[in-house]
Amino acid sequence: MAFAAFSTNAAPVEAAPKKRSWIAPFLLLPGLAYLSLFFLVPLIALLLTSFQATEFGPLGKEFVYAFQWENYVQAINEYMPHIGRSFFYSITATIFALLIGYPLAYLMGVTLRDFPMWKSLVLMLVIAPFFFSFLLRALAWKQLFADSGPVVGVLNMLGLFGPGDYLNGTDFSVIFGLTYTFIPFMTLPIYTSLDRLDIRYLEAAGDLYGKPATNFWKVTIPLSMPGIVSGTLLTFIPASGDYINASNMFLGSPSTAMIGNVIESNYLITQNFPIAAALSIALMAVILVAVSIYIRRSGTEDLL
Amino acid sequence: MKIKTSQLPLIIVSGLILIWMMIPIVYTIIFSFNESAKTNISWRGFTLDNWLKVCDNAEVCGAFINSITVAVVSTIIATALGTMIAVALVRYRFKFRSAVSLLLFMPMATPEVVLGAGLASQFFAAGVEKGLVTIIIAHTMFCISYVVVAVKARVASLDPALEEAGRDLYGSPQAVFWRITFPLLLPGIVAAALLSFALSFDDFIITNFNSGQVSTFPKFVYVAAARGVPAEANVIASGVFFVALILVLSVQIFGYFRRKKLAKVSA
Repeated sequence: MAFAAFSTNAAPVEAAPKKRSWIAPFLLLPGLAYLSLFFLVPLIALLLTSFQATEFGPLGKEFVYAFQWENYVQAINEYMPHIGRSFFYSITATIFALLIGYPLAYLMGVTLRDFPMWKSLVLMLVIAPFFFSFLLRALAWKQLFADSGPVVGVLNMLGLFGPGDYLNGTDFSVIFGLTYTFIPFMTLPIYTSLDRLDIRYLEAAGDLYGKPATNFWKVTIPLSMPGIVSGTLLTFIPASGDYINASNMFLGSPSTAMIGNVIESNYLITQNFPIAAALSIALMAVILVAVSIYIRRSGTEDLL
Repeated sequence: MKIKTSQLPLIIVSGLILIWMMIPIVYTIIFSFNESAKTNISWRGFTLDNWLKVCDNAEVCGAFINSITVAVVSTIIATALGTMIAVALVRYRFKFRSAVSLLLFMPMATPEVVLGAGLASQFFAAGVEKGLVTIIIAHTMFCISYVVVAVKARVASLDPALEEAGRDLYGSPQAVFWRITFPLLLPGIVAAALLSFALSFDDFIITNFNSGQVSTFPKFVYVAAARGVPAEANVIASGVFFVALILVLSVQIFGYFRRKKLAKVSA
């Protein structure tokens, strides 16, 4: 079991499979064919759509295949504020989620290690939001943040809020909603890393007269890095494309619209497919670049 | 082992975080018992009517049944396909291994709007009409990768010596698989299926792009949010939550007793 401690820093070492067999392609083929057909081909369809030109034919608006790269220029020019806002919101929410999720993960993975009943209870509570409608949870916050709701009431009583102040539809409420939504996605991977951490490293650091804070920064954080990286990615990626929290029916307002809101309205409401597709491809490209730089810099390339 | 006083701040902070995480859930459950009129925003008194007459609201109930249908079918397909891939990944050597890993990782690293818009473009280009089937296709797609991740860990922890012992005792490959491999993988498969069901049932973004006129429970809530969500929606969300909690608890308790029994046998 001692070896398990070493594997926390690198990716878990998989026992290298040696067998070659006709069974392998038989097992892989159905699933991979499915993903190719319904994940890869749609991405190509989206890429083609993003270059389509709009024509006004006898049947109304029609889209024809072309190489109209100007769609990208138009989309980015028109929606630059939304793109900037999306990344501002999602990065801020990721940082808050990390600050909130790490203590929870540490509690389960290290502090409660010898108290399995308590540990299971905390784990259940962390997972619980997965089983409760995400839209209704966002709506609950909206109602709690309403002008006549309890939160604004308390702020008024404390004199922090005046008559014209409100919470819903502000940068605060959207970032709050995004942070709240993704806490479990942040906490669980960090917990998995910390759970595997060999407690003897911390004891050794203490025996060598390291201060608790030094030990935390020099031992615990580096050893939980794989969890931090997966947790931040599992938060940042969906948060940057989310359009529920920022929607004006939930915690947002038109002035908090994110790139997801724009893609949705262009695709499903105004049916401006090429622009929506160009925005989607641009969003994906930015995320892929950001994620690969992040993974390289944090030294967890084996993660994939 | 006892909790040290130096650990108290962490415990208190975590406790507060957990309470904060439960606030909207408790709020929604409480309002499922509200004697609501047109809207369900202010508290008007306790009633069980919403629970007893959920299906009087045909729209909510229909959407709920659609969601269950979609979640069951896509969970079954995704769990089967994903488990097969997980076994192959851990047990066998094959060409293009990194390409396969990348193909499995990508759907998890792509924002849902992009997945939804992509599939919708494909269905549009192919002239497929959107409905229950397109929702199931979409949900199966994004569940496969999660199933692979969940089952892979279980396959990796499986001791090959157990299967070797089965073969040494002249078990046929089928017998070894069904009597040794499969029962040992089962907890992982059950966990993957639960995860897949939860992901599918609660998915809104991809569904919104690929559902056409068909409603699912999250889509119903989204549409209703504009004019006020009825208390029956709170009832369904709360009911699903309680059933899920009971399922997760019983899986845990079952696992606990099984481990105890195994420990006794091997002692």
